[in-house]
Amino acid sequence: MQDLLYFCQQLINGLTIGSTYALIAIGYTMVYGIIGMINFAHGEIYMIGAYTALIAITGLATLGIAWLPLVLLVALICAVIVSSSMGWAVERVAYRPVRGRHRLIPLISAIGMSIFLQNYVHLSQGSRNIGFPALIDGGFQLGGDESFQLSISWIQITIFVTTFICMSALSVFISRSRIGRACRAVSQDLGMANLLGIDTNRIISATFVIGAALAAVAGLLLGMYYGSVDPLFGFIAGLKAFTAAVLGGIGSIPGAMLGGLILGIAEAMTSGYLSGEYKDVISFSLLILILLFKPTGLLGKPEVEKI
Amino acid sequence: MLLLEDVHTHYGKIEALHGVSVEVNQGEIVSLIGANGAGKTTLLMTVCGTPQASAGRVLLEDRDITRLPTSEIMRSGIAIVPEGRRVFPGLTVEENLYMGGFFNNRTQNEQGIRHVYDLFPRLKEREHQRAGTMSGGEQQMLAIGRALMSKPRLMILDEPSLGLAPLVIKQIFEIIAQLRDEGITVFLVEQNAHQALQLADRGYVLETGRIRLQDTGANLLANPDVQAAYLGG
Repeated sequence: MQDLLYFCQQLINGLTIGSTYALIAIGYTMVYGIIGMINFAHGEIYMIGAYTALIAITGLATLGIAWLPLVLLVALICAVIVSSSMGWAVERVAYRPVRGRHRLIPLISAIGMSIFLQNYVHLSQGSRNIGFPALIDGGFQLGGDESFQLSISWIQITIFVTTFICMSALSVFISRSRIGRACRAVSQDLGMANLLGIDTNRIISATFVIGAALAAVAGLLLGMYYGSVDPLFGFIAGLKAFTAAVLGGIGSIPGAMLGGLILGIAEAMTSGYLSGEYKDVISFSLLILILLFKPTGLLGKPEVEKI
Repeated sequence: MLLLEDVHTHYGKIEALHGVSVEVNQGEIVSLIGANGAGKTTLLMTVCGTPQASAGRVLLEDRDITRLPTSEIMRSGIAIVPEGRRVFPGLTVEENLYMGGFFNNRTQNEQGIRHVYDLFPRLKEREHQRAGTMSGGEQQMLAIGRALMSKPRLMILDEPSLGLAPLVIKQIFEIIAQLRDEGITVFLVEQNAHQALQLADRGYVLETGRIRLQDTGANLLANPDVQAAYLGG
């Protein structure tokens, strides 16, 4: 009985972290799906989202505003606006001028952008980690006995609910809306979309903006969950989300969602049954295994040569 | 309607078109025939602006479109059925049609889709099927339908008969004739010279980036040089 409870606890922890990986992974997968490049600055966009949310929360606290829903809403909106503008700007400045060149060139440009943004935050916000107020604390027990209690915290529930809402909204947007349809069309044949009169540059920008907005949401959620942020906050999370995207099949949105959850659960199980020290080993081993045995990922489609 | 004046087009340093002049008048079907590698597709793509002409002018309804970006050209009353059809394989038939009518409002799209389904009842049956799973002929119908969605005044078709069964080719050519009757000007590129010239009001023969001959479709069909080179003697 206790073993089962312990397992469930790890599952809850894993799903929490996994759903935020999934949110970040969508940014990688959408950009890859549409222009075939890895946006290595995406982790930094997420980190900037977390910082912006923190600044907004601190600002509201200074003004004496403490009504929780308002604080969260303002923090969320600020984070989304700043991160989306960053995502848009990064594409304009660093990727569009080198698009269509050899694959390595945008990649290097992306790594450069990532280093630049990290150091920009180092300079402007300091390199120490800063405490993130636990706005949503507490939780409740789901059951158990004296020796082990299965518990779930409100912040975990907030993460599930928010992620679920974002994913559903994205799925509906991609499958039903006019712009979402155009995103899919552009990812399948960019040149043809252009021949239908569609300004593909705007669709590409939209992709970066959507990915960045979701990363900003993840930034706020994980800032609250971990309780602190630092300029390297985005680095590991970015790598993990990238792993999640590859695991699920890069280019596939359901794949990113699935990959994030699997990775989160794998990490939580490793922490729970082995040691927290090994969780990164496990995630990156998973990445290597999937690249060795199923390079297209769990839900990815093999690349078909166009005739 | 469409006028190319002394158009030169380069791919990198290689010149693919060496000064081509072509005219397509309102309401005509004009066919461009030529061997593989003569520059037929290049010529069509130059009209669409990818790649842009390096010299010369392209005029659409008396407006200079030579230097406009592709997306803007394609919103000026032109639609293309490209080589290899290029339907969006992961989108359904209906979604592909909606992409063709991206700039239409809802009623225009509903009318457009009804019109396309009237022309190609086959597409109606496949409405919710992914385009990539359909046969070549069906994909070709979809590519034509998608091009029709924007209500073009000029329709450009690049090798619509390529790789299709004779019966389907016949059907596609009937539809092209029908488009002209609806008032759409047609600029057709074909290797299937016989059928293309039979249908055409006028035709051009392109050889290694230069226009070699131009005449009415019937005269070109009767021309011994054309017969020898393109109609199998």
